[in-house]
Amino acid sequence: MIKETAYTFKILRYDAKKPDEGARFQSYQIRVIPGLTILAVLIRIRDEIDGTLSFRSSCRSAVCGSCAMVINGKIDLACRTQVASFGTNTIILEPLPNFEIIKDLVVDMTPFWQMYEKVRPYLIRKTPDPEKEITQSEEERKRIDQFVNCILCASCYGACPVLARNPDYIGPAAMAKLERFVLDSRDERPGDILDEINNENGVWGCDTVFRCIDACPKDVRPTDSIVGLRKAILKKKLFGKYR
Amino acid sequence: MLEHDVIIVGGGLSGLRAAVGLCERYNVGLLSKVHPIRSHSIAAQGGINASLANHPDAKDDSWEKHTFDTVKGSDYLADQNAVEIMCKQAPIIVYEMEHWGCPFSRFPDGSIAQRPFGGAGYPRTCYSADITGHVLLNTLYERAVSKGVKVYSEWYVIALVTDNGQCHGVIAFDLINGAIVPMKSKVTLFATGGYGRVYQYSTNALINTGSGIGIAYAAGVPTKDMEFVQFHPTGLIGTNILMTEACRGEGGYLINNKNERFMEKYAPKAMELAPRDIVSRSIQTEIDEGRGFEHPLGKYIKLDIRHLGAQKILEKLPGIRNICIDFLGIDPIYEPIPIMPCQHYSMGGIDTNEKAETEIKGFYAAGECACVSVHGANRLGGNSLLDTIVFGKLSSIAIDEFLKGNNVTPQENPIKNRLSAMEETVKRIVNNTGERPFSIHADLSKNMSANVGIFRKKDELETAIENILKIKDRYKNVRVSSSDPHMNYELLNAIELGYMIEVAHTIAIGAYLREESRGSHSRRDFPARDDANWLKHTIARPGADGSPEISFKDVIITRYQPMERKY
Repeated sequence: MIKETAYTFKILRYDAKKPDEGARFQSYQIRVIPGLTILAVLIRIRDEIDGTLSFRSSCRSAVCGSCAMVINGKIDLACRTQVASFGTNTIILEPLPNFEIIKDLVVDMTPFWQMYEKVRPYLIRKTPDPEKEITQSEEERKRIDQFVNCILCASCYGACPVLARNPDYIGPAAMAKLERFVLDSRDERPGDILDEINNENGVWGCDTVFRCIDACPKDVRPTDSIVGLRKAILKKKLFGKYR
Repeated sequence: MLEHDVIIVGGGLSGLRAAVGLCERYNVGLLSKVHPIRSHSIAAQGGINASLANHPDAKDDSWEKHTFDTVKGSDYLADQNAVEIMCKQAPIIVYEMEHWGCPFSRFPDGSIAQRPFGGAGYPRTCYSADITGHVLLNTLYERAVSKGVKVYSEWYVIALVTDNGQCHGVIAFDLINGAIVPMKSKVTLFATGGYGRVYQYSTNALINTGSGIGIAYAAGVPTKDMEFVQFHPTGLIGTNILMTEACRGEGGYLINNKNERFMEKYAPKAMELAPRDIVSRSIQTEIDEGRGFEHPLGKYIKLDIRHLGAQKILEKLPGIRNICIDFLGIDPIYEPIPIMPCQHYSMGGIDTNEKAETEIKGFYAAGECACVSVHGANRLGGNSLLDTIVFGKLSSIAIDEFLKGNNVTPQENPIKNRLSAMEETVKRIVNNTGERPFSIHADLSKNMSANVGIFRKKDELETAIENILKIKDRYKNVRVSSSDPHMNYELLNAIELGYMIEVAHTIAIGAYLREESRGSHSRRDFPARDDANWLKHTIARPGADGSPEISFKDVIITRYQPMERKY
């Protein structure tokens, strides 16, 4: 027989359409079996206790990036976080920082996607495509591996102290995406993209305090990409070519 | 009224590929109930089939061999002309995705890496470690961004507007603004995905309600072969998260409690790499006959990949390892993975032809929500990613031809009528006093897993249909907690549930009527395939009494005559 444990979930409630009501924490008491995730409990709360609770979710297996939030002070995906992993029976849930709240745990990701689009996040080629694949060595493929793994959940964006004070900062995810293409042996983008991030809103804005690395649920190291892009900028300045 | 030449519903691989193909010539609007990058295509793991012949053991692979494997895998229910088109297109679209930036894994010679998969005569599954859906969806989204595709993110379509055999547009629910919005279009394409959440045990994302299929069906578009439901052999116990077929493609074993690789009893040649329907039935049989393992979360079989070694697991199956660690606290380098068969894929869907056309003028469907049929009674692993991109592309070509060749004038009146009807529906749900949606949904999905599962029987199917009729009655009084539509997921769930019940009904009726066993549809009371009576597609449309009205359609056979299916 599986034993249930009583938990208190304190969830930040706020509705941008009703700003007068303000933000508040609402408590829910729920009994949970071991092995249940935060997302599974959120779904039970919405189903069984409070149908007005809003949060995003989809894959429930840590690949779609919908459910990043602050769980007992730490940013993570609700779907991959075990309720029993905190050594306390009180779980506090808040929306991702550095975003406007739409409702409860749902934030407005528009600025995140604007920064993403700024870096031209797609393969750029000048050479005509061959009939078959553009060959790439295993080693070249490996080089982009960690950045390919990014699921665009915005955990890093929420954790970034620079974004907290400068909303124009391009942020860790967009730079990891740019580095993914700069490092791709098939990419032939012109160097002007580096000029666009050669400033305080770009690579030089980073505090290098590694909060993004700490927050990433997929072991991506956005700081590596920022360091890599800084090197590329210096290389371009010294040799006129960045790769 | 919002207006587009083409409205695409769904931001997964099919929807994005169609949008990319059309956005330069037409005013395209793509609606997605989640941000496109959250679509369920992202979760595909193992790979995409194409006869590139890159593998040293596959030098004489060809699209014809891929076609044969697919047709045989389908238990001869697939339309062979459509399978030929898909398999011929496969290398073209894989190279296209590569040229657009898709980071496939590579062989030492720099070519796209390919691995063996179930039911395939050659290693022809192109992959990127175990995140192939993730890299393909990112690549197509990136392509859509580069072309400036107009995306309506978190807009959910609640009704399709058809009138006089023509499609005029859709009624959408803008979640963030909480508004019901009529939209007019010359062409509407559904790329809304599968219906996994109609079942209790499914590998699918929570968004995979199949409501797109239900919406089309409710608007009078017939569905096809809905009784063919794929159960994936290896879902993690408890969460039912997918453990990719690549685990077995790379050499993994299935082990029962007698420590036997039991697949030698069921498919002595192909072993663990028999097609999914066969492996799932074998696992279920082992469990039913007492050779499974016990766990508080259910009975299971072991998927053992330990002998592949840490290096190969870290290189080829890193995502699988992370899922096992995060969700079950076990490391597959050291421990076998506890798995059970779970609903995974919808072979059936909206009845389309090889050009993604339906019988309604101006209405198209592609991807898992559609049934062309290229998968027939059982889909091969690696063919679904292929299907999504090929038919996303072919739908864009067909839509272009249609718009060039016809002066299409969608009408506003039917849209307005449908809008008022949907506003009434929402008002009714908000004012109802009955149950909230979750308990009705729970009973629906339990009913489907218990009575329309891997093995089926007449009396269980009768029970399933009776239960669905009772659930339909309960649904009439479904209510939600808040009347405010802004970010009201419960209201969304309530609307979708109505369509899910219709989808479930077509599945159960199809399974009840089909008195044979073919591919994934396995009747204990009719264990043999019956080509004389049942080599045909099941077509369902809403009948006058609210139950599906069934007719049949011939299977298109080109050069592969049905024969016994042995592996």
